Amino acid sequence: MSKQTVAPPEVDPQLLKKERDQAKERQKDRLSGLENDQLIELYRQMLLIRRFEEKSAEAYVAGKIGGFCHLYIGQEAVGVGAISAIRKDDYVLASYREHGLALAKGMSARSIMAELFGKATGCSKGKGGSMHMFDKSLGFFGGHAIVGGQIPLASGTAFATKYLGTDQVTLCFFGEAAVNQGAFHESLNMAQLWKLPCIYICENNQYGMGTSLARAMSLRDIAQKSCAYEMASEFVDGMDVLAVREATMRAVERARKDYLPTLLEIRTYRFMGHSMSDPGNYRTRAEIEKYQERDPIKLFSASLLEQKIVDQKTLDEIDRKIHEEVDDSMRFADESPLPDPQELYTDVYATPIEPGRK
Amino acid sequence: MATITIREALNQALREELARDEKVFLMGEEVAQYDGAYKVTKGLLHEFGSKRVIDTPITELGFAGLGVGAAMAGLRPIVEFMTFNFSILATDQIINSAAKMLYMSGGQFNIPIVFRGPGGSAFQVSSQHSQALESWYAYFPGLKVVMPSTPADAKGLLKSAIRDDDPVVFIEQERMYGNKGEVPDDPDFTIPLGVADVKREGKDVTIVARSLTVPLALKAAEQLEQQGVSCEVIDPRTIRPLDIDTIIASVKKTNRVVIAEESHPICGVGAEISAEIMERAFDYLDAPVKRVSGADVPMPYAKNLENLAIPDVNRIVAAVREVAYLD
Repeated sequence: MSKQTVAPPEVDPQLLKKERDQAKERQKDRLSGLENDQLIELYRQMLLIRRFEEKSAEAYVAGKIGGFCHLYIGQEAVGVGAISAIRKDDYVLASYREHGLALAKGMSARSIMAELFGKATGCSKGKGGSMHMFDKSLGFFGGHAIVGGQIPLASGTAFATKYLGTDQVTLCFFGEAAVNQGAFHESLNMAQLWKLPCIYICENNQYGMGTSLARAMSLRDIAQKSCAYEMASEFVDGMDVLAVREATMRAVERARKDYLPTLLEIRTYRFMGHSMSDPGNYRTRAEIEKYQERDPIKLFSASLLEQKIVDQKTLDEIDRKIHEEVDDSMRFADESPLPDPQELYTDVYATPIEPGRK
Repeated sequence: MATITIREALNQALREELARDEKVFLMGEEVAQYDGAYKVTKGLLHEFGSKRVIDTPITELGFAGLGVGAAMAGLRPIVEFMTFNFSILATDQIINSAAKMLYMSGGQFNIPIVFRGPGGSAFQVSSQHSQALESWYAYFPGLKVVMPSTPADAKGLLKSAIRDDDPVVFIEQERMYGNKGEVPDDPDFTIPLGVADVKREGKDVTIVARSLTVPLALKAAEQLEQQGVSCEVIDPRTIRPLDIDTIIASVKKTNRVVIAEESHPICGVGAEISAEIMERAFDYLDAPVKRVSGADVPMPYAKNLENLAIPDVNRIVAAVREVAYLD
């Protein structure tokens, strides 16, 4: 079989600028929906994720982080926008690209960095690592490392909240490559059939590892797949944090009021490789630069500055504080102890059985 | 004590646990309106309603994962596989999610779920419907694996499995659903997981059997008694964790062991028990450990071939005579 390749899009600087201006224009209209301090908080969270991930990359290269490490750089607006639309007691489930989502759900940089370092103070006691961040108290129900595996789980947490009569909703994040897994289709079918309050958030970053969407999916309009299940869906610009927030709010309302699920296809782009070990030969520099022009953080800061919601001095101050926070998390992770060797055999069972105990 | 079938015993266990705890619910294919493909769930929809007893689409991976997620959020699901052959589609969620969640979350998320249904051979249902998968599930730390062989064990162990805070794979046997036995009437009657049962005491040869092979081993022991051989029959009942101490104690007494199992021999539970005996009781053995396993072939359809593929009383008798050096 001949290898199919997709011609890289030509980058026309004029067109890029036009697109950027249009995006800013659209975002401008959305700014009015929020107080200034809320807008600044969204910016802060996105920048925290960016800086945290940059630091993770450094630490990975320095050999402080083992295994796989999938960075969220470029996709910050998706996690921050969506999670800003839910309550503290709502649930979030994610794939293995979840550091940023864990931060957005309120987990501390310290607990995440320490987990990356495999330390006892990590959010999963050093047993989960990059792909398995958990914090039950904050409703962060984990990073899951089999593509699409978290989708049925999220349907289950949504099922449980409905069963128990509470009004929590579940946000389930997954990449577009997970859409080809049976787990996705089985879950959406049950969610609509049983009216489960789950919002399925497809972060379409356009590549499943090194395989482009065009090479992997027959129907590439992912939002349209919801039609097969008579489920509501929306296509969302994932480079605009406010667009993501608004679409998620609409979905959350459906879920909370009427127990109705939604599929959101949020178009985004990862600026880094699939993982730290990915040289990225499958896409062109020009393509990456094209999307970097639409950097969700740059777009948002430009909007905030233009609308005089914030001045450059304040943004600089936010960046400085974030640097401190991230540096602190590194120090904390570095200085934290390794898990006690005794921990090897704990947490296998909640109720371990001594065989033969009558 | 009432004399009931394994099917009825399982039904009682489900009914009592559904009544005891609102967080327990039952889901699976045909468990509700159809009353269960094998009638194990008969009447439960009528008694507990469609919120608690739920018919699923044929979507094993999906509903197994949904069950695990529901357990993460505070429920205690019982997921029925119409047969364990179909659980193969759900192994990602059983193994990658249920078994590992507690560990990889650093102890935050235990998964109190029961995956249950019939496993092993049935009656001429051929290759894809006749598989004994206990060694698959017993391989994974994080899972508990239970295989009852009597109505009392079925009821007592299923109640314990539902009350357990970890994922339990509970494998019944389709051929045995109609087997009868006495079951205590006490609604709080349970049998702890991880405890083997000596089904028959003896002094010459130990037969370790589980599920389908337990009644076969007991029949073989009766015949062998006539031939002057006293057999001890041990049913581990729980495969993981395995009550190896009870088996070892018996081996130290009899010095000879036959392991009877319906599953394929390669990498099976019998192989594991055999290895444990080697490590712990080698010096007590007067003969090599002998396994009587299912044939190492996909299950055939033809009745005569199927009979050849499944352990029977004669093969167990022959194996016991072999380790006793009688032939």
